[in-house]
Amino acid sequence: MKYMLLICVDDTIKPTAAEPTIEQWLAEVEGKRLDGSVLRPVRDATTVRTRGDEVLLSDGPFAETREYIAGYDIVECADLDEAIQIAARHPCARFGAVEVRPFAED
Amino acid sequence: MPSDAEIAAVFRQESGRIVATLIRMTGDWDLAEECVQDAFARALERWPRDGVPHRPGAWLTTTARNLALDRLRRSAVEAAKLREAAELREFSERDGESGDSGISDDLLRLIFTCCHPALALEARVALTLRTVAGLSTAEIARAFLVPEPTMAKRLVRAKQKIRNAGIPYRVPPGHLLPERLGGVLGVLYLLFSEGYAATAGADLVRQGLCAEAIRLAGTLADLMPDEPEVRGLRALMLLHDARRAARLDDAGDLILLEDQDRGSWDADRVAEGTRLLDTALRRGRPGPYQVQAAIAACHATAASAGETDWAQIALLYGRLVMMIPSPVVELNRAVAVAMADGPAAGLALVEHLAGAGALASYHLLPATRAHLLRRLDRTDEAAAAYREALALAPTDVERRYLTRRLAETQGDERVRK
Repeated sequence: MKYMLLICVDDTIKPTAAEPTIEQWLAEVEGKRLDGSVLRPVRDATTVRTRGDEVLLSDGPFAETREYIAGYDIVECADLDEAIQIAARHPCARFGAVEVRPFAED
Repeated sequence: MPSDAEIAAVFRQESGRIVATLIRMTGDWDLAEECVQDAFARALERWPRDGVPHRPGAWLTTTARNLALDRLRRSAVEAAKLREAAELREFSERDGESGDSGISDDLLRLIFTCCHPALALEARVALTLRTVAGLSTAEIARAFLVPEPTMAKRLVRAKQKIRNAGIPYRVPPGHLLPERLGGVLGVLYLLFSEGYAATAGADLVRQGLCAEAIRLAGTLADLMPDEPEVRGLRALMLLHDARRAARLDDAGDLILLEDQDRGSWDADRVAEGTRLLDTALRRGRPGPYQVQAAIAACHATAASAGETDWAQIALLYGRLVMMIPSPVVELNRAVAVAMADGPAAGLALVEHLAGAGALASYHLLPATRAHLLRRLDRTDEAAAAYREALALAPTDVERRYLTRRLAETQGDERVRK
């Protein structure tokens, strides 16, 4: 099964310097991780809504929250247990949160 | 010829195992449940006429499996469905050879999947009662005091998440097992506690949760004989349950352990609980449930309140604090220390807890302080602490109890004056 790991962080919380580093994590998930990237901060985001014929733009993320999505990873796993294990080892899980979302596939 | 009630009892006993096997064969929780229900309906029709089969569980499993096969074949318009049906036939043939052990594994798979930590706690509890214990949705809704459609929705969502999120149908591998087993035991203990908290006037299904939890712990203990904490939990439940009838008076008010009529405790349950605890402890791997059961056994086997071995209980709470550091356990230890070494020693521990700011909104902290202060004849402080506890007490039963104690404390003062 394919899972999206949404990496959520909160700028008010300082990252804890601990193992594993992101490089170690990437090495661990080699072969399971299909894609992924860090995203630019939410101040560079533009939110688009189309209402009728009108395209409405707003500066910033779709929801103003303290926690925001800082990056994502797509992993291929046997089941949720494996995805949880991979997510739990992500360095950001130590100070932020990792949301594990299964792909909707047939 | 068997009565409907006898057939219902067989069903209650067997349904968890059969559903578990059908889920493994079909991978479809709803199909599994429906086919087991239909197999039971068929038993109700045939058994009164033909008699109960030699192995009723095997009869029900075969019937349910054939019903599932029929359904899959009928809906097998797509190749995928046909393949499922073929796999199912293969599965059932293999099962014929493997005998009962495979079926026990299925039940364990079902229990661990229902209690998967990725499900909300309330969903784990509901799903365990529905699929493992075979309770109806209506019964579970009544037991947890929610409308039936709410409970039905909770069950549907839980099953959807298992399917959509890819929660595996298996007993977790060794490195995950200790944590996951702890989760399963937590669900069973929560079930028990819900039933134990139910008052005499409560719905019978709600009261029946205790018996259900004890039964499930027994099943789990049979399936995992090498895990002493499972037996420890079952012992703990039995020892608490033995005192159930003695806990409340006719008006529904709390009776303290020391004032309970020990003759009304269920001696058989106490004996069964202590025997079970002994077998668990012999494994030499104590855990929090075994220690709590040992504490309950100290109470349950004391001939009178005065003969309770408080020194032993204080010692056990000391071990428990190390296993599960929690201010509630610390508070219980303080009570035991007060009984063993005198109220001043207990009060020192309580003051230390209060000073650390722990349990700020927990009524039993000021209630315990009040009780100890009263024993030390510090009446004014005791009365103030009782008032503090009253303001925090969550139920009428407890408020009535504390009000009585406060009145007595104020009476002490008048006597002295």
